[in-house]
Amino acid sequence: MNPFIALVKKETLSILRDPRTMLINIFMPVVLLLLFGFAISNEVNRVRIATVVTHHDDSTRLILARLRTNSYFDFKGLVAPSEIDPLMRRGEIDAAVILSPKNREMQSQILVDASNAVIAQSAVIYIRSVITEAGGGLPVVIHTLYNPELKSSYNFVPGIMGMIFIMICAIMTSVAIVSEKESGTMSLLTVSPVRPYMIILGKLVPYFLLSCIILGIMLVMGYTVLGLPPTVQILHVIWISMVYVVLSLAIGLLVSTMVDNQVAALMVSAMMFMVPIIMFSGMLFPIDNMPLPLQWISAIVPARWYISAIRSLMIQQLPITYVAKEVIILLGMTLMLLGVAIFKFRKTLTNQK
Amino acid sequence: MRPSYRPIPTHRERRSISTFRVLQALLIKEILLLRRNPMVPKIIVMMPLAVMLLMPLVASYDVKHVGVAVVDTDHTPLSRRIVADMSASQWLYIDTVTTSYPAALRSLEDGRADVILSLPRGLDHNPSLMDISSNGVNATKGSLGAQYVAQSAMLTLKRWQEEQGAGSVSTSNPQDISVISMYNPTQNFKFYMIPALMGVLLIVICGFLPSLNLVSEKETGTIEAMNVTPVGRMTFVMSKLIPFWVAGMVIMVICICISWAVYGLYPAGSLGAIFAGAMLFCLVMSGIGVAVANGSSTMMQSILVMYAMIMIFQLIGGLFTPVSSMPDWAQTLTYGVPTRYFIDIMRAVYLKGSTILDLRFEFLCLTAMAAATSLLAAITYRKQS
Repeated sequence: MNPFIALVKKETLSILRDPRTMLINIFMPVVLLLLFGFAISNEVNRVRIATVVTHHDDSTRLILARLRTNSYFDFKGLVAPSEIDPLMRRGEIDAAVILSPKNREMQSQILVDASNAVIAQSAVIYIRSVITEAGGGLPVVIHTLYNPELKSSYNFVPGIMGMIFIMICAIMTSVAIVSEKESGTMSLLTVSPVRPYMIILGKLVPYFLLSCIILGIMLVMGYTVLGLPPTVQILHVIWISMVYVVLSLAIGLLVSTMVDNQVAALMVSAMMFMVPIIMFSGMLFPIDNMPLPLQWISAIVPARWYISAIRSLMIQQLPITYVAKEVIILLGMTLMLLGVAIFKFRKTLTNQK
Repeated sequence: MRPSYRPIPTHRERRSISTFRVLQALLIKEILLLRRNPMVPKIIVMMPLAVMLLMPLVASYDVKHVGVAVVDTDHTPLSRRIVADMSASQWLYIDTVTTSYPAALRSLEDGRADVILSLPRGLDHNPSLMDISSNGVNATKGSLGAQYVAQSAMLTLKRWQEEQGAGSVSTSNPQDISVISMYNPTQNFKFYMIPALMGVLLIVICGFLPSLNLVSEKETGTIEAMNVTPVGRMTFVMSKLIPFWVAGMVIMVICICISWAVYGLYPAGSLGAIFAGAMLFCLVMSGIGVAVANGSSTMMQSILVMYAMIMIFQLIGGLFTPVSSMPDWAQTLTYGVPTRYFIDIMRAVYLKGSTILDLRFEFLCLTAMAAATSLLAAITYRKQS
């Protein structure tokens, strides 16, 4: 039998003989995608509000009616001014409005719990528009492009894909190689006549195939359950994802050459990578909000480029030329990491000999 | 030789003495192991430093730099004034002013602009012709940016109408309403994120490390030696939980010092409430870590399960996106997520100065969870393999 096929078969068998890990690998992306596609949202859609009215007249009644019926508010009723602070401290309301009509002129004041600045900003805008509308406002039509229902899942699905691939590929390959080092079977491989690059490929190919299955599952879910807009760019999404998978595998390989036990491999690939990926990838926090030096740091996080490319292709449905920069950077990173990883891996093999 | 005058300890006495001493011995073993691992001390000190110094600068949803592409086919003093007022606003900047919609759309597609404002001909007679399109890929920036643009344009229109004497004497102007930002007067988003980042550190370190520690004992086989000793379940599990509990407190001290020295953020409430919450939360996380490790046979299994849990805890616990923005079913689900209570406690104490009494519901739930997970960790530990 061709030694390469034999190696792939050996690695595939060792994946298949641990069904629990396989199941976790396939179910976890599904659960994460469902949970985050539907649950995570940044939209401020329910401001819990209490009102203080010094004395009632027609205009306060109108404003109260608007607050009660507006679906963006959860109206918590009329309270005394002294109750506002305790209510906010207990986290029962987000904002309070004090309405005091004087000589037909409405004097109002908004108190907002600014501990979450984003909710506070949105709440102030909503409340202002409700109060001023009562006095007659100007109509402005606002459209939203690409994501007319303002679904946050559109924003998060590419982010989750970027995280899951790095996680599965980097964790699994680094552990697969380091555990062979630990149990000593790597020495067996090094004394066999198989060339070092064959050993690496034999390790990577099964995980590549597993990642492709996961990619397929995630795309099918994205387009059926999560209702992403169907697009012709899907072919580009698939091949760019495959490049990204190879990149993640190379990261796993690189980690495995730098450490010599599983615990250390997992500390690096699971613990140390997790926070930077969440923070610097642009999955949650927009990159252009960061100070410039940190934007440079974020440029070395591959997930940033992948997520940005996938967002443009899947959600905005732009042609591939718009993401040329991201794709070139991803390809360059992949080649570089793969080169370094293979070089270092061969060196560790020769050292063991 | 046993001195004859000393009473022989009863069975119960002997057990109580030995449990304590066994635990002491086990703890010394664990702490030595942790210290001799080259990575662990670095993680416990370096990770908090790196996260606390860098991440507050990164974690920002502030919609501050909203790029506006203006399609101005009106070319009147009014339209120019709208554009000028907008570029003077602190939240908005004008990316391009063109006469064609495709050109504006192009700058939106390139990511330079976030909102397109169309000012068609005849704006001064019919202001409702004005039209705003925003990029909805990032839902927050899109919707908030569009609101800013609308408000700015409306304000200019209103002032202009009043100057012309044409506008009705409209009563309330949106800018006249006074707004008081309580607890965080500068609306600094960093102050909102710093307590949450402390939570991230506790989740990651107190979740992963115990799990790794226990499974590595399984893989190297030293757990078999433990299984043949008379050490009780509770003692064994406590010896696994307590070191990480201490590590969690060290992390909290580092974080509190950094946030005070670097960002000038000091808890408005009591430090006692913060540490009480952190102690309970560390127990919950390391209890889960030990329970998962008990149920896994390889390191990979335990880490993948922990990774999934930690992702879920981080993303739906309200650390990064508010719980109140979630759909109802997901909000119900968050009652089962310990991070939700801990983050609520941290933010409320840090920013609003809430007391334990204010937060009794959160503290009660967290205590119940800490008891439940520690018990679970003890029950799932089996000496029979």
